[in-house]
Amino acid sequence: MSLALSTQLVCFLLLSGALLLGALGVVLLPNVVYSAFLLGGVLLSMAGLYLLLNASFVAAAQVLVYVGAVNVLILFAIMLVNKRQPMEPMGGLLLRRLLSVVVCLGLLALLVEVALTTPWELPGPPSIGEEALIRIGEHFFTDYLLPFEVASVLLLMAMIGAIVLARRDVLARDVVTGEPADQALLERQRTPVLPSQGGSSPSAPSPQ
Amino acid sequence: MTVTDIPLQAYLVVAAMLFCIGVWGLINSRNAVRVLMSIELMLNAVNLNMMAFSSYLDGAQVRGQVFAVFIITVAAAEAAVGLAILLSLYRNRDTVDMEQFNLLRW
Repeated sequence: MSLALSTQLVCFLLLSGALLLGALGVVLLPNVVYSAFLLGGVLLSMAGLYLLLNASFVAAAQVLVYVGAVNVLILFAIMLVNKRQPMEPMGGLLLRRLLSVVVCLGLLALLVEVALTTPWELPGPPSIGEEALIRIGEHFFTDYLLPFEVASVLLLMAMIGAIVLARRDVLARDVVTGEPADQALLERQRTPVLPSQGGSSPSAPSPQ
Repeated sequence: MTVTDIPLQAYLVVAAMLFCIGVWGLINSRNAVRVLMSIELMLNAVNLNMMAFSSYLDGAQVRGQVFAVFIITVAAAEAAVGLAILLSLYRNRDTVDMEQFNLLRW
């Protein structure tokens, strides 16, 4: 990237600050809708960091796939399952939080220690800059051809699997008239597999 | 390499912090959607590591970028299947509280 070094430094500091603050907001904010929008901000700042690292193709893929697809998918999931119920209080939550903070800080210390003490072979070969796109295409169609094709099969499998899992059971015939109900979305009576615990649905009697 | 140039370790430290935030969110979230978002954060941290190594240590053969594209693909598939599972779970159990999905708990 042909920016001045000080500009790069300022961009890096701003982007990583937005990244970390947004990530903290994603895990800490009580409203999950705000978390989803902040996740979009986190993914966008990640794309900015990719641009700083001379990777314009991956930055574009990040914006298209993550911000355009995954984040929108998460927002739709929130809209579909948004049940405003207070979570039932449970014991030991504070202890669990503190313990997990300790564990995560330990993991962070380990990772930072490794990152700072490993003698990296710097400086590596000079970066090829914008020719990286050509090089990625060569990789995809020569030595990474098999993973590339397997990735397409994986996406197809994931698409079919998601459709099968999330599909509603639709009656083929109207119950009353017996006529084919093609688009009417007459839903079958929903019978939960398990009796819901904690009395969250008091209308459903326990089957015992 | 001048003084004001961004060192490789800065990217690694940022990625490590993002990964730890993701792990914390994964352990402590009670909303199942937030658990999926934490997983996305962790995948992005790994991606940032890949891109930093690709730019600093492997500038001629940008293999890290190839792996990052594969990770993005797998993450998209994971998000689609995960949210479909979540939707089906919500229809069956009528809640998104992770603490109530305890059928397999010993």
